[in-house]
Amino acid sequence: MAYVAIADRDHEHELHDPQSFIRKYIWSQDHKVIAIQYAVVAIAIGLVALVMSVLMRLQLGFPDTFKLITPDHYYQFITMHGMIMVIYLLTALFLGGFGNYLIPLMLGSRDMVFPYMNMLSFWFYLLAVLVLVAGLFVPGGPTGAGWTLYPPQAILPGTPGATWGIICMLASLAIFIVAFTMGGLNYVTTVLQARCRGMTFMRMPLSVWGIFSASILGLLAFPALFVSAIMMTLDSVVGTSFFLPAVSSMGENLKHSGGSPLLFQHLFWFFGHPEVYIVALPAFGIVSDLLSTHARRNIFGYRMMVWAILAIACLSFVVWAHHMYISGMNPYFGFFFATTTLIIAVPTAIKVYNWVLTIWRGDVHLTVPMLFAIGFIFTFVNGGLTGLFLGNVTVDVPLSGTYFVVAHFHMVMGVSPILVVFGAIYHWYPKITGRMFDERLGKIHFWATFLGTYAIYLPMHYLGILGVPRRYYAYSDSIDFISPSVHIANEWISISAVFVAAVQLIFLFNLVWSYFHGKPAGGNPWRATSLEWQTPDTPPKHGNWGKDLPVVHRWAYDYNVPGAPNDFIPQNQPPDGSVPAGRDHGVKA
Amino acid sequence: MSQQPMTMPEGLGGVTADWSADKQAFPVPWGKAMMWIFLLSDTFIFSCFLTGYMNVRMSTTVPWPNPSEVFALTVAGKSIPLLLIAIMTMVLITSSGTMAMAVNFGYRRDRKRTAMLMFATAALGLTFVGMQAFEWTKLIMEGVRPWGNPFGAAQFGSAFFMITGFHGLHVSGGVIYLTVVAIRVLNGFYDRKGTYETVEVAGLYWHFVDLVWVFIFAFFYLW
Ligand code: HEM
Ligand SMILES: [Cu+2]
Repeated sequence: MAYVAIADRDHEHELHDPQSFIRKYIWSQDHKVIAIQYAVVAIAIGLVALVMSVLMRLQLGFPDTFKLITPDHYYQFITMHGMIMVIYLLTALFLGGFGNYLIPLMLGSRDMVFPYMNMLSFWFYLLAVLVLVAGLFVPGGPTGAGWTLYPPQAILPGTPGATWGIICMLASLAIFIVAFTMGGLNYVTTVLQARCRGMTFMRMPLSVWGIFSASILGLLAFPALFVSAIMMTLDSVVGTSFFLPAVSSMGENLKHSGGSPLLFQHLFWFFGHPEVYIVALPAFGIVSDLLSTHARRNIFGYRMMVWAILAIACLSFVVWAHHMYISGMNPYFGFFFATTTLIIAVPTAIKVYNWVLTIWRGDVHLTVPMLFAIGFIFTFVNGGLTGLFLGNVTVDVPLSGTYFVVAHFHMVMGVSPILVVFGAIYHWYPKITGRMFDERLGKIHFWATFLGTYAIYLPMHYLGILGVPRRYYAYSDSIDFISPSVHIANEWISISAVFVAAVQLIFLFNLVWSYFHGKPAGGNPWRATSLEWQTPDTPPKHGNWGKDLPVVHRWAYDYNVPGAPNDFIPQNQPPDGSVPAGRDHGVKA
Repeated sequence: MSQQPMTMPEGLGGVTADWSADKQAFPVPWGKAMMWIFLLSDTFIFSCFLTGYMNVRMSTTVPWPNPSEVFALTVAGKSIPLLLIAIMTMVLITSSGTMAMAVNFGYRRDRKRTAMLMFATAALGLTFVGMQAFEWTKLIMEGVRPWGNPFGAAQFGSAFFMITGFHGLHVSGGVIYLTVVAIRVLNGFYDRKGTYETVEVAGLYWHFVDLVWVFIFAFFYLW
C-alpha cells in the first residue's frame, strides 16, 4: 500500500496513538505536544531574562545601592536579556509554539508534514537553550557585548565574557538556527502543501499568514547570522581576521589585521531587521484573529491584510542599514535606506487602520484576549511612530544610542508582541487545556501590565530626547547634561519595572491554577469560526480530526453574517446549512 | 471542493489557479517542496559566505595572493595553474550527470541501475573530497594557515579554508545521504513505499552542491 504521511491521512488509514508516556509526552512527534514543549522552555528562559531586566533596572534606578551588580554584570545582563527576549523567547514562542500548535489545526491537517524532523527541531532548540545557560557558568561569565555582539569588542579583552561567554553564545545561536531551520521548513511546507480540502490560501486565517511569512523570513535571514557566528568564532578561536582590523588593545598590538567590523554589522542587521518582523508578523496575524473574533466582525480588508504582510516581508530585506546610520555610510545609501524604511511604514499603517476599522462599531466583547489585542494597537502605534522618526538619517543620528531607541524598540517589538503572546495564550488556553482561565485574574494581569509598561517606556522617550545614552551602567552627576530629572525618571521607571515583573506571577499562577480548577471550556467557548475550534475533541487528540478530515467552505471571518441563524459560521459549515461531519460539540446551533 | 473548476485555465491564469488551489500550491511531493525551500535557505548561507569573502578581500590592506600561482600543480617540471581544481570541477560536474541518470532510471523503477548510478555519484563525490583533502594538505605544507600565509593577505587562507571546508562538508554529507538512499533503492524500500521521489530529492541536493561549487570556483579561484 502506498505510504501516506500522517498530515494527510484520511479514514482509510488507521491512526495509532502513541501509547507509552515517553512517546506521548516527551519524545513526541505530535505537533501539539511539541508546541507546548517549545512554549514551556521559551517561557522558562524568558523568565531568566525578565529577572535580569529587573536587576538592571535596580542598578539604574538606585545606583550605588546594589553593590553586587558590577559594571561587568550589568553588561552581561543587558546582553543576555536582549538576546533571550528576541530569539529564545519571542521567536521560539511564536514559531515553535504558536506555529506548531496553530498551523495544522487551523489548516485542517493532522500534523506537520515531517513530524520526526519537527520533534528534532524542539530538541535542538532545547540544546541551544542549555548551551546558552551553560554560558552563564563558564569562566568569565556570559558575554557582555550587547545583543548586537559587535566585534571587535565582543571578542577582545575588556568586554566581559570575551573568551568563553561569547563562544557559548555563538554556538547556542548556531544550534538555534539549525533547530529553527528544521521547524521552519516544516511550517512553510505544511502551509504550502498540506491544507485540507477547500482551504485555499485566501481562506487561511491571518494567524497562519503571519506565521507562514515569518517562517520564510527566518529561513532567509538566519543564514546571515549563522555565517557571522561562524566567522566570529573563527576570529576568536582560530585567529582569523574577518571582522578584526589592526587593533591595539591595552597597549598591545594584536595579531589581527585587515578585517572589516562593518561586514559584521551588515550581516547582523541583514538578519536583525527581518528578525524584528519574524516577531512582528505572527503578532500581526494573531492579533487580527483576536480582534475579529472578539468584536464579532469580519476582519476589515482581508486581502489587503494579506498583501500588507507579504509586502512588509519583502521590504524588510532592504532596510537593514537604518540600524547603521551612525556607523557612517555614503549619503546616497543613507537616502536609499531611509526611503525604504519610510515605505515599509505604509503597509504597516494599512494594517493598523484595518484593525481599528475591524472593531469600529463591532460588537466588542472586552474579554481578556480582546483587552490584550486592543492594548497591542496602542503600543504598536506608539512604537511605529517613533520608528518613523528614527528612519530619517538626520533625526536618527542624534537619537541613536540614546534611550529614545530603547523606548522605540521596546514599544514595537518588546511590549507589542508580548501583549499578543498573552492575548493568544488566553485565547487558545481553553482549546489547549479544555478549561477556562480565571477571568478576573486575567483582567488584573492585563491592566497592570498594560499601564505598567507605559509607566516604564513613556519616560524613556523623554530621557532619549534629553540625550541620555543607552547601555550605561550609571549616570553620575559629573556628566553635566544629565539633569536631576533623569534620576527621578529612572527611579520611577525602575519601580514600575519591578511592579510589572511581579505582576507576571499572577499570569503564571492563573495558567497553573486554571489547569486544575478552571471551568470546563467546551469545544468553542469564543464561538469562533476557524477550524481549530471545530475539532471533535477538546483538547484535540492525536491526529486532530478523528476519522474524517474537515472540508472548508468559506473564509475564517464569517461573523454576524446577515440572515445567518448564529452570529458566526464555522469555516467547515457547508453552504446548504447541514451539520459538518465529525463534529459533536463545536456549535450549539 | 465541489466548486472547483474541472479544467485548468491556460497560461498565467493556470499558474494563479494552481497556486491558489486548496490542499497544495505546487503539484510536487512534500519532500521535494521542502528540499527546494531548504536549498533556497542554503543559497543565502553560501551567498553570505561569498559576500563576506569579497568584503574582506576589499578591506584587507595586504595584496591578495594570485590564485593561479597558489593553486598550481607542477607536472613534469612545468607549473600548470589550477590543474587540480579543473579536475575537481570536472569530477563534480560528471557526478551531476550520473545523478541525473539515476533519477531518470528511478522514474522507470529500475532498481539496479538507479542504485548503481547513485553509488557512482557518491564515489565521484568521495573522489572530490579526497582531492580537496590533498589540496588542503599541499597548501598547509606550503605554510598556508587560516590566520596567515606566506603569499599575502591573511584573509586568503581564512576564506579559503572556511568556504571550501563548508562546501566540503556539504559534499561529504551528500555522499552519506546518497549512499543511504542508494542502499534503500537496492533493498526495495522505495518499491514498497510506492514512489522513488526520494531519489529525485537527493538529486536536487546534489545538483545544488555542484552548482555552489561552480560559484566558489568562479569567485575564489578564477578571480
Ligand atoms: C514603522 C516602522 C518602523 C520604523 C520606521 C523603524 C525604524 C527603526 C530605526 C531607524 C531604528 C534604528 C535606531 C538606531 O539604532 O539608531 C530602529 C531600531 C529598532 N527597531 Fe524599529 N522601526 C519600525 C518598526 C519596528 C518593528 C515592527 C520592530 C519589531 C517588532 C522594530 C524593532 C526595532 C529594534 C529591536 C531596534 C533596535 C535595535 C538595536 O539597536 O539594538 N522596529 N527602528
Ligand atoms: Cu530595523
